Amino acid sequence: MTDVKKIIIDNQEIEVESEMTLIQACELVGIEIPRFCYHERLSIAGNCRMCLVEVVGGPPKPTASCAMQVKDLRPGPEGQPPVVRTNSKMVKKAREGVMEFLLINHPLDCPICDQGGECDLQDQAMAFGVDFSRFKEPKRAVDDLDLGPLVSTNMTRCISCTRCVRFTSEVAGISQMGQTGRGEDAEITSYLNQTLDSNLQGNIIDLCPVGALTSKPYAFTARPWELSNTETIDVMDALGSNIRVDTKGREVMRILPRNHDGINEEWISDKTRFVWDGLRRQRLDKPYIRKDGKLVSADWNEALNFAAASLSGKNIMGLVGDLTSTESAYSLKKLVTKLGGVVECRTDGSKLPIDNRSGYVGNATIDDIDLADEIFLIGSNPRNEAPVLNARIRKAWSEGANVHLLGPKAELTYDYSYLGSDRSALRKLTTRGLKVGKGRSAVVILGVGALTDADGAAVLGHVMQLVSGTNCKLLVLHNAASRVGAMDVGANNAKGISDLINYDVIFNLGSDEMEIPNGPFVIYQGSHGDRGAHRADIILPAAAYTEESGIFVNTEGRPQMANRSGFAPGDARENWAILRALSQKMDVTLNFDTLGQLREALFIEHPHLKNIDLPLENEWRNEMMGELDKGDFAFAIKDYYLTNPIARASTLMSELSAQTKARKSSRIAAE
Amino acid sequence: MLRRLHEEQPTSFSFTSENKAWADSQIKKYPAGREASAIIPLLWRAQEQEGWLTRPAIEYVADLLGMAYMRALEVATFYFMFHLKPVGNIAHIQVCGTLSCMLCGAEDLISVCKDKIAPNPHQLSEDGKFSWEEVECLGACSNAPMAQIGKDYFEDLTKESIGQIIDNLSAGRVPAPGPQDGRFASEPKNGLTSLMEHESGRTKFNGSVQMAEDLKDTIKRINGTETKLVTPWLKSSDRTTSQVKMKKPKTLKFPKKSVPEDLSKISGLGGKAKIALNSLGIYHVSQISNWETNEIYWVHSNLSGSLSLNKLKSFVEQAKKLQTNKDG
Repeated sequence: MTDVKKIIIDNQEIEVESEMTLIQACELVGIEIPRFCYHERLSIAGNCRMCLVEVVGGPPKPTASCAMQVKDLRPGPEGQPPVVRTNSKMVKKAREGVMEFLLINHPLDCPICDQGGECDLQDQAMAFGVDFSRFKEPKRAVDDLDLGPLVSTNMTRCISCTRCVRFTSEVAGISQMGQTGRGEDAEITSYLNQTLDSNLQGNIIDLCPVGALTSKPYAFTARPWELSNTETIDVMDALGSNIRVDTKGREVMRILPRNHDGINEEWISDKTRFVWDGLRRQRLDKPYIRKDGKLVSADWNEALNFAAASLSGKNIMGLVGDLTSTESAYSLKKLVTKLGGVVECRTDGSKLPIDNRSGYVGNATIDDIDLADEIFLIGSNPRNEAPVLNARIRKAWSEGANVHLLGPKAELTYDYSYLGSDRSALRKLTTRGLKVGKGRSAVVILGVGALTDADGAAVLGHVMQLVSGTNCKLLVLHNAASRVGAMDVGANNAKGISDLINYDVIFNLGSDEMEIPNGPFVIYQGSHGDRGAHRADIILPAAAYTEESGIFVNTEGRPQMANRSGFAPGDARENWAILRALSQKMDVTLNFDTLGQLREALFIEHPHLKNIDLPLENEWRNEMMGELDKGDFAFAIKDYYLTNPIARASTLMSELSAQTKARKSSRIAAE
Repeated sequence: MLRRLHEEQPTSFSFTSENKAWADSQIKKYPAGREASAIIPLLWRAQEQEGWLTRPAIEYVADLLGMAYMRALEVATFYFMFHLKPVGNIAHIQVCGTLSCMLCGAEDLISVCKDKIAPNPHQLSEDGKFSWEEVECLGACSNAPMAQIGKDYFEDLTKESIGQIIDNLSAGRVPAPGPQDGRFASEPKNGLTSLMEHESGRTKFNGSVQMAEDLKDTIKRINGTETKLVTPWLKSSDRTTSQVKMKKPKTLKFPKKSVPEDLSKISGLGGKAKIALNSLGIYHVSQISNWETNEIYWVHSNLSGSLSLNKLKSFVEQAKKLQTNKDG
């Protein structure tokens, strides 16, 4: 048990754990201490000196509260609790002094700085600084770095807090950034001006307390007070990171992370953060109908009538895409079943078990990774499949967990013991067992890449066998945001997508990652002119994920509500509304007129979806072990930056993808 | 001073095998997983080997220690003692410009350097032989003004003497370091006023100068063969074999005429050292007086380093004197 100590902060007595730092203790009593370098998710640097407080009876100088633990404070002469002051004369003078020093070399370019309006230095200079400067000498100027297409640098503004260095080396696991030189010449640089090889680098923009690191794509486009914020959920991977979408008018200007300790902490991946330029390009804003082999624009009435005519009396299969909300998948399922067809959401061909939630979700939460002593990655490269989750595994690893990888070798930013690349390694592991010691816990992270081959069900059976009856938990790592939600509403059929060719009509709801063979008539409903739209005979333009509200169930089975931050362009409509309209045309009207009614119906059938933000505890049911084939496992994602139509529409993502490829080939050339 | 890597870099770097052995032993000073702690001594030795710290050298050291290149670069750019630009191929002259030296004429020395070498610090002389810089206090204030040239201190300098030293070095001669005005060490200018009893019987030079004279490493590029590798922090089984050739001196099973000589005639040789030497088979002053350098190393090593090399060397000098007195 941790030791509890009494402490008096500004006349308020409080009992805190003795390991706490003073800045944390102050926060507990509701006193905010100004800070630049301190960040609760990074190591303590103690170099900005902004968080100085007075320790009564301690040394006659202010103390950096971020680096002083409560247990290191001396009690008073008669054993009274130590006294800390955060509003005394000494503290005021210290803060003013530190502020003056920080501003000595800080340029006064706030009017042309993108951080203006959300700048810690601005805010704290207002709150704790003085209105003059005694510095008459020339200010320093620092060369800017080229950190690639995401982060723009203005190093003259840097106050050397080193948050970016600590983030990249501790969380992102890359070692290119550092602080060279000393004193006035200290500068934050990357080694030999390398660009950063990480898909979490965008987070240093948020971490930078000043305008030294800002977003390049967002540069000079908006001020924070002009933006309206919408709190919503990300769909770029299956993690369901909590995000805030900032819009100006109808345009999405930027995407920022929100804190969720159970999912993304406060990081998001670069794809999540910078995909928004893809929301403006390649959009479907009008219905189209294929006439004489060419797609021509049509109006809604025409398109829906044509769709209804092509659907009626036909053998139909509905496909649920990767970015589709649970409501849309539910609506599609309702419509297609009424028409006598089937639906399928496992468009990647994965053999996830129908109706066994412990099989397609597992029983672990993302939180469990933090406490795990052993982490087994099977057929999963989390660095590409869920970069933020990878950072979490790295965190567990740096706190002592052992990581084991079964699948192709990969650079994961942490060390792992390699169990082999193929099925025989899995067989061996199943026979041997996980061998997790008593009182130790383990998490198996199974990538869906391992389940897409013909023996996918057997792979899952083996992994479940491996996990069952041990103190180990399973997390199935999906890479499609819609997958778990669609599985939950039963948007699947026993045959999967294997007999696609036997259907007359395919109703494709935003599925762009698969090839639809020639033959069936295809109705595509989606937001972007991508692979699915090219193959389509009718295109029904729909909203993208920022343009409609919907429930997404993340990879651990946690339903979360995404909100609408703007309207879809042109004639595009919300997905559920299109399906509802179509059902009316076909005289099988779905029994809801609003999204609210749709959700009511959905919650009656699938009550667990109502528990927004609560992962459901799944009843464990082993799958059949079956026979494993031979051969290596493959990862689900080949190109991290181009996994969905929105990302493929983004010029920035293409640039990043090209950069990654170039980096890889130059590394091979160097070797 | 903004410190960046030099624009022109050699393509590769590696330690000489002796330096590598030395580096490996330094790394073993720290517990497993903490190898990076050895970064400063290793970078320093890399610089001693090449004269300046090249990018390949920084990366080589980083690889040896299993640390990211950036972390090593941070260290290299932080400390001014690491030269990130090429230095003179004969010597880099570091003139102390802090208070005592400045009052005693450091500025004159710097003007000589500007004249003879290059107008700016860190700039190579035209012939590429020298470079100079002004450094902060080197802690030899009682011998101000002074300059460090290569590994050694040249003290009590004047405009003329530093000029002469540069000329000598340029001509391939290495003058003896230490005080250049005839002083032994940092005693008063007019001679000792206390501790006079130590004045007689001392070596020609003071300890550090003597060492420099013995090793002849003042401006040498260090390759690891200069001194024997001593690693008292290692268990004897882990010790890498000596990189310096050792030779066993003549030892005796029994003292001549069965009577060991009183070795404490040699000053600094106490009772413990006497017993230790006797145990090796060394009983007579005449034996000690015949030791050559590699034999001193053998004795040093076989006494597990309990007597320093310098001390042993001073024993030999004294023994020689005693011997000549006796013979003459």
